[in-house]
Amino acid sequence: MMRRIPPVFLVVLVIMWLLVNSTVSLGHIVLGTIVSALLLLAAAPLRPLQPTIRRGYRLFTLMAVVFVDIVRSNIGVARVILGLVGERDVRAGFVHIPLDMTDPHGLAGLSMIITATPGTIWVDLNLKEKRLTIHVLDLLDEDEWIHRIKERYERPLMEVFE
Amino acid sequence: MNWTELPAWAALPAALLLIIGGLLTATGSLGLLRLPNFLMRMHGPSMGNTLGAGSVLIASMIISSVTAGHPVIHEILITVFIVTSAPVTAMLLMRAAIYRTRVNEERRRQQLPAEQSGQSTERSTAD
Repeated sequence: MMRRIPPVFLVVLVIMWLLVNSTVSLGHIVLGTIVSALLLLAAAPLRPLQPTIRRGYRLFTLMAVVFVDIVRSNIGVARVILGLVGERDVRAGFVHIPLDMTDPHGLAGLSMIITATPGTIWVDLNLKEKRLTIHVLDLLDEDEWIHRIKERYERPLMEVFE
Repeated sequence: MNWTELPAWAALPAALLLIIGGLLTATGSLGLLRLPNFLMRMHGPSMGNTLGAGSVLIASMIISSVTAGHPVIHEILITVFIVTSAPVTAMLLMRAAIYRTRVNEERRRQQLPAEQSGQSTERSTAD
């Protein structure tokens, strides 16, 4: 029986191959496609889950939002470290966020966003209670963080992956 | 190696990006030294990990593209790999830290009553 090759992975791997070789020549496209297809066939039994991607363009707007947030939180964390926050005390703490998303690809995306943004770190995910715990360096308002994560990151990820 | 003279329009933004990236990474590392506890110290280095590394990589793209005479963008892959692998390390460190705090607290709870009066068995069953 011929196994199906997931097209999304194939495209991503070929793009990676072309990036590594810094070329878009026809020979490399053909070679990259063959190598990627063989790799995917070999890896198919290891990875039973396939992402279903709808409205993929949403990922690009999400990436733009995340980039802006990364720049902003870099400035925020730098101010905390250098002591430029005025007289107020910086309080770090845990925030529990009720999640609606269950798709593992979406959750992986969320974990990347939260780790890539300085000032927030993924601590624990309770799938049974659908609760995500993160640690925030400069915790001013818990509800604002919950709102921010759910609205800015979780919603677009759910639109793409669920 | 053949060093070519970089034109100012490429050298200036690249130098600026390198300075920004270096400052961000240095600040993040300073945070690793200065912040008071482990959980807070976790946040410092992620500055160098994201925007710090990003600035250096963009500078590298600019300089390589100008020197090579064609666009060199495979630095993007480095960003992709950093972003996809960072959560794994962060989660492992975080879990280890939380486990350590819990173990320490339990140990303290068991030791305290024993030091005070010797009714440690009663206390630990009550917990």
